[in-house]
Amino acid sequence: MARYIMTVDLRRCIGCQTCTAACRHANATPPGVQWRKVLDIESGEFPDVRRSFVPVGCMHCGDPPCMHVCPSTATYQRADGLVGINYELCIGCGYCAVACPYQARYIVHKREFAYGDRPTEQEEARFDPNRMSVANKCTFCSDRVDLAKEKGLTPGVDPEVTPACVNSCIAGVLAFGDREDPNSNVSQLLAENQFFRMHEELGTDPGMYYIFDTK
Amino acid sequence: MSDIKIPPGRVTPWHQTNWDWRAAGNFIGGGTGTGLLFFSTLAAGSADSYRIMALIALAFIGGGLTCVWLEIGKPFRAINVFFHPHTSWMTREGMVAVPVFLCGLAAAWFGGGIFVGMAALLGIVFLYCQGRILQASKGIPAWREPKIVPLILSTGFVEGAGLAAVLSAVLPGEGPRWLAGVLLGALILRRIAWTMYFKAVEQSGLPKKAMDVLRPFGAKFEMLGQLAPEILIVAGIFYGAVLPGLTLVAGLVAAASGWWLKYTIVARAAYNQGYALPVLPVRGQGEVKPGIKPGWTK
Repeated sequence: MARYIMTVDLRRCIGCQTCTAACRHANATPPGVQWRKVLDIESGEFPDVRRSFVPVGCMHCGDPPCMHVCPSTATYQRADGLVGINYELCIGCGYCAVACPYQARYIVHKREFAYGDRPTEQEEARFDPNRMSVANKCTFCSDRVDLAKEKGLTPGVDPEVTPACVNSCIAGVLAFGDREDPNSNVSQLLAENQFFRMHEELGTDPGMYYIFDTK
Repeated sequence: MSDIKIPPGRVTPWHQTNWDWRAAGNFIGGGTGTGLLFFSTLAAGSADSYRIMALIALAFIGGGLTCVWLEIGKPFRAINVFFHPHTSWMTREGMVAVPVFLCGLAAAWFGGGIFVGMAALLGIVFLYCQGRILQASKGIPAWREPKIVPLILSTGFVEGAGLAAVLSAVLPGEGPRWLAGVLLGALILRRIAWTMYFKAVEQSGLPKKAMDVLRPFGAKFEMLGQLAPEILIVAGIFYGAVLPGLTLVAGLVAAASGWWLKYTIVARAAYNQGYALPVLPVRGQGEVKPGIKPGWTK
């Protein structure tokens, strides 16, 4: 069975936030909600200063704490590893949000708009009332991934069935694919490079792999 | 849930905004209610006293659950909370709450009998679930420490024993004098649990801001919430004539300090994990450098 993951090549990221914008466009997230965002981290002391750009979001953990705590079974894990939320079941208790060590979950109670107190045409067209007062998060664009079988395409290779953030990345930082397939793009990247996963010590088996150097 | 805006690029841990004072209210009401349900079996001087204590205990538990109900985004879907007993301690808490209320009400109705013991024991199970709810919150370092479970249990015992001491002093029928000893025992248990919890979070590390809340709190709590009621009870034991009065005051202080402790941990020390890099990546001509964990004590 597939296990879809994302690789992030930290050597390449320039912090342009195009992935953030693409995600917001694809998923119509409201102001303040960023399913995909890029951290801009300055570290060290002059003259030895580093600046790291780190894309973060839901890690689609192999052992997701958000799913275990969910009292309504709204949070679920698919056979291909993607973690999703059933908005019809969610009671908006926020337990998943405090269980997630990646700060990847959002709950919006009040409709807000990017410009002023009226929705733009796009915001009006894409508004989903089912997402109000319930938990929401990155889906790894599962709606696109689901089209792969029907269309005979490969997620991570064919843009039509690949997450929007990956498609939009101008620096080739993000890659998406099947970790279980040794020939997939992500498996190849992980075989050739050194990587880490964030907060791995918490036992969540996160599905975002950060590449930091060649082997 | 609050509408506080978090800057999107924030790296260091920030205070979570999903659970506020209403969540703390659930832990306060649940702990006090279940503790009282347990200790009312010892403290009540008569069947009528037991009835009143049991009903007050159920009111505390119900009040706590109402706080949660007020906090959830879709309150009219609250029934969905019962769907996930396999792994969710919130579901388990909800499931135990039903027989706690049924047995508690039956015990109050009959003023004794088997329901008294059942309500007391189920109350402890409910309290245990509350401890595990916090422990399962992996995103909040101050909560996920496993020693929070004995802390929540012992705090519930203190709150219950404290309130039982107060009520037995004011309700008809005289409660046993050794209730002061029971309260002292509960206080000692909580002292041990707090010390173990605090040492554990100091050793494993916490977000600095969470530690900035817990450290000064701990100093005050140990004096006012622990030492003060312990001294009052010991003084009462030595000067027997004033024991009931001192136990009453000690009970009030003990219960209130439990509420203070829970409010502090649940509502004030709830800083999230933030982000960390185990190593800094190669960029350009640079080399891999040791990682960073911004905003942490360790």
